[in-house]
Amino acid sequence: MSTPLKASISVPRSKDLEVNGVKYNRSSSRRNNFEMYAWLFMRLSGVVLLVLVFVHLWVNLVSPEGGVEAVDFAFVAGKWASPFWQVFDMLLLWLAMLHGTNGLRVIIDDYAERDRTRFWLKVFLFTTSAFVILLGTLVIFTFEPCPAGADPALLASFCAAG
Amino acid sequence: MAKTSKGTLYRGQAHGQWSWVAHRITGVAIFFFLLVHVLDTALVRVSPEAYNAVMATYKNPVMGLGEAGLVAAIVYHAFNGLRIIMVDFWSSGTKYQKQMLWGVLILWVVVMVPFLIRHLSNIFGG
Repeated sequence: MSTPLKASISVPRSKDLEVNGVKYNRSSSRRNNFEMYAWLFMRLSGVVLLVLVFVHLWVNLVSPEGGVEAVDFAFVAGKWASPFWQVFDMLLLWLAMLHGTNGLRVIIDDYAERDRTRFWLKVFLFTTSAFVILLGTLVIFTFEPCPAGADPALLASFCAAG
Repeated sequence: MAKTSKGTLYRGQAHGQWSWVAHRITGVAIFFFLLVHVLDTALVRVSPEAYNAVMATYKNPVMGLGEAGLVAAIVYHAFNGLRIIMVDFWSSGTKYQKQMLWGVLILWVVVMVPFLIRHLSNIFGG
């Protein structure tokens, strides 16, 4: 996957891409705008994530009486009984994972110098991310707030009504 | 250039360099926490006992301090991210990047002080 620098220099061009006296004529097998869209995605998802993450921290860590002490199975059930929090948490999961995965992709490209090292680190990164996104999404939407046979003391109060 | 720096390859003033280093470190830390956080939350699908057991391990002061560090990293990454967006999209962004970094740090203190009062009294107040 090394850049064929020599070939790109020797190829005659009808037009040089020249910025401030420097020629940018490197060609690559990938002639698309992926990196530009990745850059734009980081900024757009970043703004949305700022709102989603701050709401997430407020609702789960700051505002409950006792903070994280309040979070247990019944607390989660109370939230995911509502489609609003299911969709909210799914958006948070996807955007945060894609934002973080792209961030690590850039860091791997920056610091891993050997082609093969970069390739395998990214294979590992993308596999892990895909697994976590899939698992998280499945958990949100197959969640059972009142599982049959569970200790009623551990469940949300609305489970007793049924 | 105001002064030439010694001991670093970075030419120019170091604000941009260190804010960039901090953005990377906080980003990586948040990402690894996120992986663990999705896995621990996935235990709600196993049983109420399994989930409550793992949550119980989070409810001790050491983990509480870890959460304070996590929130500190998130708040920095969020506000510095807004600064990066301003540098990229606002025509005067590069001119005021240093002032905006001070803005980021002031906002960080403004958010972190009330958060830490609330959070630390929760984990140490009983």
